[in-house]
Amino acid sequence: MNRELKRVTIVSLLMFLTLFVASTIIQYAQADNLAADPRNARTLYQSYSVERGPILVGGDPIAFSEPSDDDYKFQRIYANGPLYAPVTGFIPVNGEATGLEGSLNAELSGTSESQFFDSLNRLISGQDPMGASVEVTIDPVAQQAAWDALGDYTGAIIVTQPSSGRIVAMVTKPTYDPNSLAVHNGEEVDQTYRNLVEDPGDPLFNRATGGDMNPPGSVFKLVMTAAALESGQYTPDSTFPNPAEFTLPETSSVVRNSSGGTCGGGSEVTLATALRLSCNIPFAELALELGDDAIRAQAEKFGFNSNFSIPNPTETSTYPANPDAPQTALSGFGQGDVRATPMQMAMVSAAIANGGIVMDPDLVESITAPDFRPIEEFDATQFGRAISESTARTMTEMMVNGVENGAASNARIDGVSVAGKTGTAENGEDDPYTLWFTGFAPADDPQYAITVLVEDGGGLGQEGFGNLIAAPLAKQVLEAVLNK
Amino acid sequence: MTDRSAARAPERAPATGSVRRIRMPQKLRNLELGLLIVACVINAGAIVLVQLGALGRIDTQLVLLGAGLSVLVFGLHVAMRFVARDADPFLLPIATVLNGLGIAMIYRIDIAYGDAGWESAAVRQIVWSVIAIVAALATILLIRNHRTLFRYTYLSGLIAIVLLLLPLVPGLGQTRGGARVWIGIGDLVTFQPGEIAKIALAVFFAGYLVRNRDSLSMVGRTFLGMRFPRGRDLGPLLVVWALSMAVIVFQRDLGTALLYFGLFLVMLYVATSRLSWVVLGLSMFFAGAIIASQTLDYVNGRFQNWLNAFDPAVYDAQGGSFQLVQGLFGLANGGLIGTGLGQGRPDLTPVPQSDYIIASLGEELGLAGLFAILALYVLFVARGFRIGFAGQDDFGKLLGVGLSFVVALQVFIVVGGVTRVIPLTGLTTPFLAAGGSSLVANWIIVALLLRLSDTVRNHPRLVIDG
Repeated sequence: MNRELKRVTIVSLLMFLTLFVASTIIQYAQADNLAADPRNARTLYQSYSVERGPILVGGDPIAFSEPSDDDYKFQRIYANGPLYAPVTGFIPVNGEATGLEGSLNAELSGTSESQFFDSLNRLISGQDPMGASVEVTIDPVAQQAAWDALGDYTGAIIVTQPSSGRIVAMVTKPTYDPNSLAVHNGEEVDQTYRNLVEDPGDPLFNRATGGDMNPPGSVFKLVMTAAALESGQYTPDSTFPNPAEFTLPETSSVVRNSSGGTCGGGSEVTLATALRLSCNIPFAELALELGDDAIRAQAEKFGFNSNFSIPNPTETSTYPANPDAPQTALSGFGQGDVRATPMQMAMVSAAIANGGIVMDPDLVESITAPDFRPIEEFDATQFGRAISESTARTMTEMMVNGVENGAASNARIDGVSVAGKTGTAENGEDDPYTLWFTGFAPADDPQYAITVLVEDGGGLGQEGFGNLIAAPLAKQVLEAVLNK
Repeated sequence: MTDRSAARAPERAPATGSVRRIRMPQKLRNLELGLLIVACVINAGAIVLVQLGALGRIDTQLVLLGAGLSVLVFGLHVAMRFVARDADPFLLPIATVLNGLGIAMIYRIDIAYGDAGWESAAVRQIVWSVIAIVAALATILLIRNHRTLFRYTYLSGLIAIVLLLLPLVPGLGQTRGGARVWIGIGDLVTFQPGEIAKIALAVFFAGYLVRNRDSLSMVGRTFLGMRFPRGRDLGPLLVVWALSMAVIVFQRDLGTALLYFGLFLVMLYVATSRLSWVVLGLSMFFAGAIIASQTLDYVNGRFQNWLNAFDPAVYDAQGGSFQLVQGLFGLANGGLIGTGLGQGRPDLTPVPQSDYIIASLGEELGLAGLFAILALYVLFVARGFRIGFAGQDDFGKLLGVGLSFVVALQVFIVVGGVTRVIPLTGLTTPFLAAGGSSLVANWIIVALLLRLSDTVRNHPRLVIDG
């Protein structure tokens, strides 16, 4: 009997051994995979059980966590939610976080590698885990001024610091309240989110860095002028034929200047005049002379066809890869297949203001651990040189002239010299225009670069134009930030 | 084997044997007392940690209830000093610590659910523990010699059958989680008679096999190097197989069927030394289980949940793998060292106090805690098998093996189900899971094993030789 008993003992031990192995597989070998399963509510709750670090503007929190009594332990609150929505984004209980909440999730939740020892230390010392705080580059005065200026328009305003790439203000409208998506009820979040997605105004778009990509229209003439001057074959005084109508090559389509007539009179027009008065025909001619490769090369030096994370993801502004001759001509005044975000146009203005060097745009001023140890400090990085210093100086003069004596006159500020360029971009044949202004001030000591985008013709359909709608908004914001 | 040891023993028995016999029991009971104190300290610690972890403060009420339970366990210990002085010193402390950890975890989930008073499963579990320990005490006081049970072999068989049939009686039987294995009056007092039936079955199998093992083991044809039994000797196997299949079909309880059948096969094998019985029996059972999985929806569902647990269709299905996968998430959340008592989210898993208590414990105590719990079971089962090795009468040996193996098999079926080793079936984790019938049955098993080990120790020659 004992022989059998021995075997039964061995079988029983094997049964237990199986259990030891199986539980080791689940709790050790497969633990990470199981934690990563999207159906695992524990993982989600855990990301909430940490006191998420705040997002600060000028030391004041615009997103912070407050203890709550439910499964999630903390409620995320967005102070002044709609104003800062394009900066903070939101973190829903049942989906992916957007904005800084998404792009800096690891830091805010205290799980980034640089916080490993900090969290370990807190674990050992029995303190509750806590995420890092993120200070952003936004200036609350500039942000509020941009919000007020944009009013009820559909569009965006972005203000940057030319020398560093800091984003000082970033406003988009219409927008949403991130608090409505931070409620601890998945179904409610889903419903709110669906409503926002179906809203014809697309409030979830950040039009400053993406959304419906717009043609830049005449503000792209800055890139054209830069390409011309950089080629060494053109000066501001180089001349172009000045007809009232220009037929695109290989087609019967006719291009006109916005005035309907010639560009300022005379049979020939200089580059400087064409930019100051924002005429289309000379730039179509210039585009055909330069060719799409040269234009694309210049555009790409400004940041077109490159992707930037600020660290929020942004849309890429594009100059087409292989335009035919008529498309190339259209690209000369920012039409055709050219698409740009306000952030990209702000980078163009900022580069001109910054002696030709393009800085990488960035929203993050600093990241600080809960023990006040700095994790990351702002570090201005160059995207590269787009134009020479002398070209930058020349273009600044041309843009100042555009505001003082040209098509961007409504951006004039008493006592401050403003460099600027307006744009009025066509969309479909009967669609309302897209209105632009991009520029910087003060022109002799650039502090701020600004780009204003107003979609839907500012409510005026095809009657609205950049200088009428967009330029005054830029003026209003620049006045506010320069006078503070 | 008995003969061989008996023949040798006189020569090897030391001259001081009689002296040791008087001194040993004292030592054993003192060891037991020491271990019991450790067990109660662990249990009290677990409850306090649960309160600190989940409530953030200490609530004396439950600590007092737990202390009352400890007093009762010490009462059992004192009783044994008089009536079972030579009993195994490990069984009682192991049962105590498992019972206590179970209460702590059930209480922890009560806190998460916000249950208190009679709503609290922990309070009910404590009351059931009291009943179970009193039942164990009664068993050990009433059955002074396990051979008494041998006389009631067939009565035990009858009792087992009646207990198994009870849930099928209209008006008395209740269906829960799809299985019709409960009896009760309303929701007030419910009982799973099948848990007690496993003890009656072990007694019946032991008695029956000791009486009939010669005819079951001696004759038969040899085939493939194994001697297979004659057709007419297949009777008992067929009856037990039919019984298990009936449990699967009528009570819809795969786990219980597997438990009974496995118990019978092991006891049959130990009694007859015929491996052919095991081969035959396992083939029959698996054939039956496979047919059942093809024809019975609930069995098929269990297999689907097991094999394709993470398939979204299976996961979302009614009665699908949702709870199994939630249990796995819980275990994974525990990792190596666990979240700490009161700090995890075992309440996210369905039935975390009963079927999934092992996942709850694994989440909060981690792999380390789970290993410790499994090791306690291994030790418990090993102490039981020791009776089998050392016992001097075949009935006692068989009963000891049967009762220990039924615990081992039950742990394997339920923990294996939760950890996806085998399809999940609704059995209780001995001593840990919330549920009165299981507690009472397992504490009676403790009492019987204690009684058996006491008899074994009364014959030190076998202890030395064993």
